Amino acid sequence: MMTVDNRPAALPASRQTHLNTRARREAFVGWLFVLPALLMYAVFVLLPFLLTILYSFYKWNGTGPMNWVGLKNYVTVFQVPNLIGTVFNAFWLVVWFSFIPVGLGLVVASVIHRVAAGRFGEIARTVLFLPQVIALVAAGIIWGWLFSLSGLVNQILKSIGLGAITRAWLGDFDWALSAVGIIGIWVLLGFCTVLLSTGISKIDPALYESARIDGASWFTEFVTITIPLLRHEISVCLTVTVIAALAAFDIVYVATAGGPGNSTAVPGLQVYILAFTQRAVGLASALAVILMVLVIVVIIPIQRLSREENAQ
Amino acid sequence: MNSKSLLWSLVSLLVLTSMLLSACGAPATTAAPAATVAPATQPPAATEAPTKAAAPTEAPAATGPSCGTDPVVLKASFETGFDLPFKLSEEFTKQYPNVTWDISQDQFANLINSTPLVLASDNAPDLLRLPTMVSFAKDGLLLNLDPYATAFGWNDWPVPQLNQNRIDANGVRGSGTLYAMGLNYSLTGVFYNKKLAAQIGMTEPPKTVAEFEDLLAKAKAAGLQPIMEWGSAKSGMGLAFPLQNLMAAYGPVGPINDWIFQKAGATIDTPSNLIAAQHLEQWIKNGYFPADINAIEYTDAAARFGKGEGVFTFNGDWQNAGYDKDLPGNVGFFLMPPAEAGGGYAAMSAPLTFGIAAKAKHPDCAAFFLNWVATNPKAREIDVAVGGSNPGGPAEATMPSVTAGSVTNETLAAGPVMGADGGAMDFIANATSSIFAQGWTPELQKMVGGQQDAAGLLKAVQAEYERELAQQ
Repeated sequence: MMTVDNRPAALPASRQTHLNTRARREAFVGWLFVLPALLMYAVFVLLPFLLTILYSFYKWNGTGPMNWVGLKNYVTVFQVPNLIGTVFNAFWLVVWFSFIPVGLGLVVASVIHRVAAGRFGEIARTVLFLPQVIALVAAGIIWGWLFSLSGLVNQILKSIGLGAITRAWLGDFDWALSAVGIIGIWVLLGFCTVLLSTGISKIDPALYESARIDGASWFTEFVTITIPLLRHEISVCLTVTVIAALAAFDIVYVATAGGPGNSTAVPGLQVYILAFTQRAVGLASALAVILMVLVIVVIIPIQRLSREENAQ
Repeated sequence: MNSKSLLWSLVSLLVLTSMLLSACGAPATTAAPAATVAPATQPPAATEAPTKAAAPTEAPAATGPSCGTDPVVLKASFETGFDLPFKLSEEFTKQYPNVTWDISQDQFANLINSTPLVLASDNAPDLLRLPTMVSFAKDGLLLNLDPYATAFGWNDWPVPQLNQNRIDANGVRGSGTLYAMGLNYSLTGVFYNKKLAAQIGMTEPPKTVAEFEDLLAKAKAAGLQPIMEWGSAKSGMGLAFPLQNLMAAYGPVGPINDWIFQKAGATIDTPSNLIAAQHLEQWIKNGYFPADINAIEYTDAAARFGKGEGVFTFNGDWQNAGYDKDLPGNVGFFLMPPAEAGGGYAAMSAPLTFGIAAKAKHPDCAAFFLNWVATNPKAREIDVAVGGSNPGGPAEATMPSVTAGSVTNETLAAGPVMGADGGAMDFIANATSSIFAQGWTPELQKMVGGQQDAAGLLKAVQAEYERELAQQ
């Protein structure tokens, strides 16, 4: 590492050993700076992570004695439909929490960039981002009112002659999960839009100008310039939202708590009930580990995709 | 238990969102909810607890356990949102000025998580609200109250009061060692809107299930909502109330309690329970419950009943104050009638459980307080006025008077009727800590959605029950 030249001239840059000592000392100081964060990370992320894996091999209520049960907890997770079945709900949520917000976010960001770059664009971004700031608990209560039998959604449907399809959306077996998905879009669209807008603003305007001189439509610009150059941002959006869907807890908890009849139950919710209500810490840990593996399996290809594209 | 649901949700949510926020950063932390319980956990104080449990610091002598005359600071853990214990502690200090309080409070859902840790710590509370008890007792964290029961004569009180707080050597509730006392004893049954009931020609409470079903049909025909009930998973499924009432109407109470208390071999899937579940299924099909019941939360159901939607509602006396406020003088109460005329009355009735930590520093004073609550006239008055439920205590104790026109008069009057018939039950929702969330709620919701029938409901819940017991 020959960064010696940057050092103040007073330092004798002659002897290699001295340099090494110095570099080592600097590295040591650097570690000292990182240490507090590293410690927090180790205590609150790495340790719980390792303990969770450990607990998944035990039968334990959280306070009593721990009994080694080997892989039995994992077998139970796969045998009980209420547990493994929730994974399918999580994948259905990926469509609502991830694909739609990212797709819609791309369109919105691009439209804002092209037609409303000024104040209006800022207001639009702020409004879309608001759900990220509003406490989800309050939002959950309001969405509960909107989707209720006498709520706004049904009133609108009635007023346009669709009274026949009104229902208590969050209490309906066929529609509850999709209704939860719509709340997910509301929460995550703003995040995706803001991230993608920032990405677009970093694209060289000359590209758009030359495209426009060549008479490119908004759609052509969108497909040939915006999407290819936003690959990295899109992959970040996809990663965050896919995790939000697969490891969903908060949105589901405030909207339906898994009902009706487990039709909106997701693994995150079951982990919570198993660990804190049922006090089956081992079983909860096994489900959590399975959920984590699932998330990693889905996320790695997305990450790899973005890396390969960056390399091109 | 139900009025708390909203608060529980809010608090658990705050805790969980903070955990899941960190999970956004790295996939690995999705495991956080399970793991965070553990690091702070300490091994149960098995060695200390039993010895202490066997011998309260002062053996109950002729004078009996008391708070003495020296200054005592009672360390207590109460439930947020429920005034009763706070009001009682204030009155207690007025009567016994040497006793002051160091009270911590938390939401019920947090108590479930924190109580085992608090009990195992060196700073355990003297007196605490118990969210559950069997596992704490098994782990030696709770004080054996039998010596106090002898000293204060609790064993002479009407039997059902104490039985729900007894746990035997196998961890089965209902008999054995006493581990808790109730500050009061809630009662459940059918509340009705007096004006609407008169409209459908109800002049007196029904005496049989058939008479009741006749009234429900009349209400439906009159275009009224026959029964208002809640059913969202956020509150837990309220149909567990009518279902259990029907079970006790068509069969004996004993086997239901055995199942709740986890007696070996107990099953909920019995022929008489099947008849009960079939009646409930028929009620659903007849449209006696709101069409959107699967999305109705507890507080919404109470509010809608208060606005006149629903002739009847199945609930408990903890809601009395709310009903009196919404519909003053217009709410009546009756116990679920038996199947045959002249049959016994039964109802869910549960103590508001308070226990003493095995490591408590002032166990005698805490026990003295528990005895005082049930026997002191002023304490009983507060108990009824603030809590709305029966204060329990000796059979000959006088019942405090209640404001005229309050539905509390009717629930208090119904208590002894049910008690005389030996019909007290705990809740089927409380059989295990998560049978409500994982069994009754989803399966009853499926029944509402036409995806589950009576027989399937009982089989599914029994299977979940056995799975959960195997996890313990």
